[in-house]
Amino acid sequence: MAVNSEPRPHVVPNHLPPDLATPDRGDGLEGVLVRPLYQRMLPKVITTRADTLFGLARKSSLWPLQFGLACCAIEMISTHMAHHDLDRFGIVMWPSPRQCDVMIVAGTVVKKMAPTVKLLYEQMPEPKWVIAMGACAISGGPFAKSYAVVRGVDKVIPVDVYVPGCPPRPEALMDAYMRLQDLIMERARGNGRQGARG
Amino acid sequence: MDVREPGDRQQALAAAVDKVLAQFHPQSEFIFDELVVSLPPQAVKAACQLARDDADLAFDYLRCLSVVDLGERRQVVYHLYSTRHRHKMVIKAALPADMPAIASVTSIWPGANWHEREARDLFGVTFEGHPKLTPLLLWEGFPGHPLLKSYPVSGLEDRG
Repeated sequence: MAVNSEPRPHVVPNHLPPDLATPDRGDGLEGVLVRPLYQRMLPKVITTRADTLFGLARKSSLWPLQFGLACCAIEMISTHMAHHDLDRFGIVMWPSPRQCDVMIVAGTVVKKMAPTVKLLYEQMPEPKWVIAMGACAISGGPFAKSYAVVRGVDKVIPVDVYVPGCPPRPEALMDAYMRLQDLIMERARGNGRQGARG
Repeated sequence: MDVREPGDRQQALAAAVDKVLAQFHPQSEFIFDELVVSLPPQAVKAACQLARDDADLAFDYLRCLSVVDLGERRQVVYHLYSTRHRHKMVIKAALPADMPAIASVTSIWPGANWHEREARDLFGVTFEGHPKLTPLLLWEGFPGHPLLKSYPVSGLEDRG
């Protein structure tokens, strides 16, 4: 079997500057093993504001509190499972409020449950955000006229993002996460809505 | 297990009820496969005790306990089932709406405990002799009884 002495094709993308391509190795693997992505794509020095840096960190690891109140919770669970895979955005469900950043109010808030929702919110450390998912959490939805239902969770806790739908599709909840990330960066840059909640 | 035909079982049930509950003069008729018996409220607890203990009736299972708001009366409805004979009976008792009270059957069927607490929550019926008649679904201090026809759907509080 003859040894292929032909040089291997150069696979480093053309748009990379030459100094970022693999240095000559002398073993025929030039251009095959390239430096890690973060070395190739990022400059060596980043200058930014601390707030922006914190904003980047916050928006990249949003941990929602794992609890559901009604049928919207089924869509929320679906969103976080393998098919939609929110783990790729750093969004991981967590079953304790002490380590959570985001509360998703997924479902009808009844008056008997409202104090518990408020307590869970208060147990979460700052900074924290709230997504009101579905018609019930926004306004009481089809049960708004009931004697037992809170007409919108924003009567109990402050809400950052509202997701309409009955229930919203997983794509809508994913869009809400994107909006929340934008919101976090806007506030970090100082040109968004300001408040004590970060 | 009772292997008789359904019609025969119904006739046997009607005859047994007439015999066992004769002292209460029950008015009874079949609606589908359930024998519906109307009784005066003060007779309900004794009749339930007989219905559970009598070998021919043997209603060992209280399927449901509910209340119907009929305006000036409130009707308490007991749905009974016998796992031995596989027959069903419904006991109905009408209470005056201004003072709805009836004896608790928790001592006969422990499963009646939460049914009666729920019925008191939603319809305001007092079950005398209940071990702990505290709110089950609603909270302490809830105004009114929400499933009564006279109760406004949106509640008694100012909804803003």
